[in-house]
Amino acid sequence: MSTTASPTGPLLSLRDVHVSFPGRRRRARTEVLKGIDLDVRPAETLGLVGESGSGKTTIGRAILGLVPVASGTITFDGERIDTATAARRRALSRDLQVIFQDPYTSLNPSLTVGDTLAEPLVAQGGDARATRARIAALLDRVHLPADAAHRLPREFSGGQRQRVAIARALALRPRLVVCDEPVSALDLTTQRTILDLLLEIQEETAVAYLFVSHDLSVVRCMSHRVAVIHRGRIVETGESAQVTEHPEHPYTRTLLLSAPVADVAEQRRRRAARAAAAGDF
Amino acid sequence: MREGVQRRGAFGRLVRNPLGAASLLVLALLVLAVALAPLLASQGPQAASLAHAFDGPSGGHPLGMDSAGRDVLSRILYGGRTTLGGAVVSVAIALVLGVPAGLYAGYRAGRFDAAASWTADLVMALPAMVVLLASRAILGSNVWVLMVVLGFLVAPSFFRLVRGIVADVRGEPYVDAARVSGLSDLRIVARHVLIVVRGPVIIQVALVAGLAIGLQAGLEFLGVGSGSTATWGAMLNEAFQNIQRSPVLLLWPGLALGVTTGALVLLATALRDALEDRAGTPPRRRRADALVPADVSRDDRAELLSIRGLAVAYARPDGTEAEVVHGVDLDVRPGEIVGLVGESGSGKTQTAFSVLGILPDGGHVTRGSVIVAGQEVAGLPERRHRRLRGTTVAYVPQEPMSNLDPAFTIGSQLVEPMRHVMGLSRKDAAARALDLLRMVEIPEPEQVLRRFPHQISGGMAQRVLIAGAMSCDPALLIADEPTTALDVRVQADVLDLLRRLQAERGLGVLLVTHNLGVVADLCDRVAVMNGGRIVETGPTDRVLRDPQDPYTRRLLDAVLDDAPPRAPWRPVEARSETA
Repeated sequence: MSTTASPTGPLLSLRDVHVSFPGRRRRARTEVLKGIDLDVRPAETLGLVGESGSGKTTIGRAILGLVPVASGTITFDGERIDTATAARRRALSRDLQVIFQDPYTSLNPSLTVGDTLAEPLVAQGGDARATRARIAALLDRVHLPADAAHRLPREFSGGQRQRVAIARALALRPRLVVCDEPVSALDLTTQRTILDLLLEIQEETAVAYLFVSHDLSVVRCMSHRVAVIHRGRIVETGESAQVTEHPEHPYTRTLLLSAPVADVAEQRRRRAARAAAAGDF
Repeated sequence: MREGVQRRGAFGRLVRNPLGAASLLVLALLVLAVALAPLLASQGPQAASLAHAFDGPSGGHPLGMDSAGRDVLSRILYGGRTTLGGAVVSVAIALVLGVPAGLYAGYRAGRFDAAASWTADLVMALPAMVVLLASRAILGSNVWVLMVVLGFLVAPSFFRLVRGIVADVRGEPYVDAARVSGLSDLRIVARHVLIVVRGPVIIQVALVAGLAIGLQAGLEFLGVGSGSTATWGAMLNEAFQNIQRSPVLLLWPGLALGVTTGALVLLATALRDALEDRAGTPPRRRRADALVPADVSRDDRAELLSIRGLAVAYARPDGTEAEVVHGVDLDVRPGEIVGLVGESGSGKTQTAFSVLGILPDGGHVTRGSVIVAGQEVAGLPERRHRRLRGTTVAYVPQEPMSNLDPAFTIGSQLVEPMRHVMGLSRKDAAARALDLLRMVEIPEPEQVLRRFPHQISGGMAQRVLIAGAMSCDPALLIADEPTTALDVRVQADVLDLLRRLQAERGLGVLLVTHNLGVVADLCDRVAVMNGGRIVETGPTDRVLRDPQDPYTRRLLDAVLDDAPPRAPWRPVEARSETA
């Protein structure tokens, strides 16, 4: 075992991260994140579950430098990145990538799939020939036909577009990908294939995921560890089985009982348990 | 300048558009004629011979001579150089000032945006004619100087246009994705933003050019131009002074001006169509479409809602039809909750909309029978369908927020329909609205009535819509993904509410959803749709436990409820050792 770069140490760390948005017309700023502590280890998937407005998406955006951090630190591979300059940020895109929720708006409708995929490669100074070869490899990696490069996003279904977005995220061989609700806009059957693809890629490339979702069942099967966020604070973190089967925090418990399951008897039982727990949180 | 920046596809569409082709041709001929003025005209624009003043058309002078004995054709052609050239100068200056400033202000926002927007508003508030007259007094009567000033005056129209579009695009996820991809701002603007701005700017160029030509001619006509230089406006001025003696002199510059500005405006219209790639609107269907009746007996049909052999088709732009629902049978009995499950494009919403009679434009029921509480509604005229919607059938939509009008209070949105449909007095309707909000378990209903939609949460908004749906005491409720936009805890509450309403009021519910958990929670029976057909129907418990159709099975397999949690993480090295 090497002792220099600890393989078990975190790849990404957030310590006491606060983010606030300016209030409208002289109102006070609203604090969206109120002291977030998180760690993601190499090749690990950390699931981040929360409801709308909980701040889960903001965490991802703060890591990617898309929103400014008010206080606290974000460290990636030992380097502090929340204060990174614009130039350093652009270089960080080699390691930090993103997959957004909506595959319809996350691809520029007027660029071909090939142009979209070339973007990060060219930005990092790849030459034309290497870029073309890499695009072909990427399309193959996400199981899209090679001729997809010459087509526009509108010719693809939601699931196929999400594959393009995944290929774009993988283009620079990142070490961490923020997946912001990557399957929420997809049909049930498509969702499953995209999740399988993400697992397959992680197995192969040892990429780490911060997997943000409102859907506990998706997070549970995708993540090694799960963090539950409620109103800008992490209320519970633990192994996937621990958090989703024996939740400690009452909020996690309500969240779990509220999600309906596709089994009539089991759902009846949960409904009763939820009614009994009402007022708990 | 105009054609160079367009995509070939858009240019092709422009040329195929008769309006576009004609206006382009006219403009091209004008430019050509003006450029070749020395070849086409028999003498220079200033060459005068008083002996020939007001001469009619003759061999070398097809349009005759003006009051100073100058060749009219020559003056039109050379004058066109000044007029068109002036327009190009104005537009170029406006573009150079307005577009980059708009790009920067829209993309970066902040102080520059505030300052630039303020300046633009100020300039737009100035009356152009007055400023031009004033600048002539200060800067002298050179037509080119005036056109430069005009360029400054119209620059804000480009600034505002570009800034607005860029501010919209900046929020698009694909711009965020480009930033995460490591693109510099300059590159993002060049690749993602310019492409969106291009079309509207090109259209604006055509409009502004027409405006510049008109303003310039107006100035010259008032005698404020550059005196001796031939321009169309100056010719108009000169002709007007001699209108008694030779009215035909007004015709030629007037015609030149009219044709040019007309062609520019028409070109702008054609450009808009070409760049926005507008598909032709589908032909409106005829009202009296003969409906093919479904060949079914009435005795095996549910008394609340019974659908037999329903097909829905959409008109394509080329006149053919695309069928999206191919013969659906479905029943909802009084007091029963039936789930209609499927993925996007399965036709579940089209089926529900057919019952409600709210299919989007171009969509219509082509065959089959839909009986709601004893009344056949397939092919029912809109007026009678509307009456049915207010009384027997109610609807709860998917997006609660976008189904409330932000301009009105919750109270007025509940009260007005009741006064209109049920003829209640304002007081009675208000009392009933309060009762309804209590029924859907909204805390502090008096206050909620006074609030606007943006002041309440999504879950509350959905309760308000359910209250509105209940206001007419319907027998059948059609809910289209009523909880999809809500958080799970709120979803569970809304499902509880629907269950209670159904139990208390004996309401029949058709619940359209993609969520099998919601089906398990609420529905007595479920119908599974795929590709416009119902592939399986049965009691919820049976269908979920023992699906018969392969598609239902595939759907259930994709559900992650029973998927095991992922095993704890191990260091990468440790993995390869055990693998």
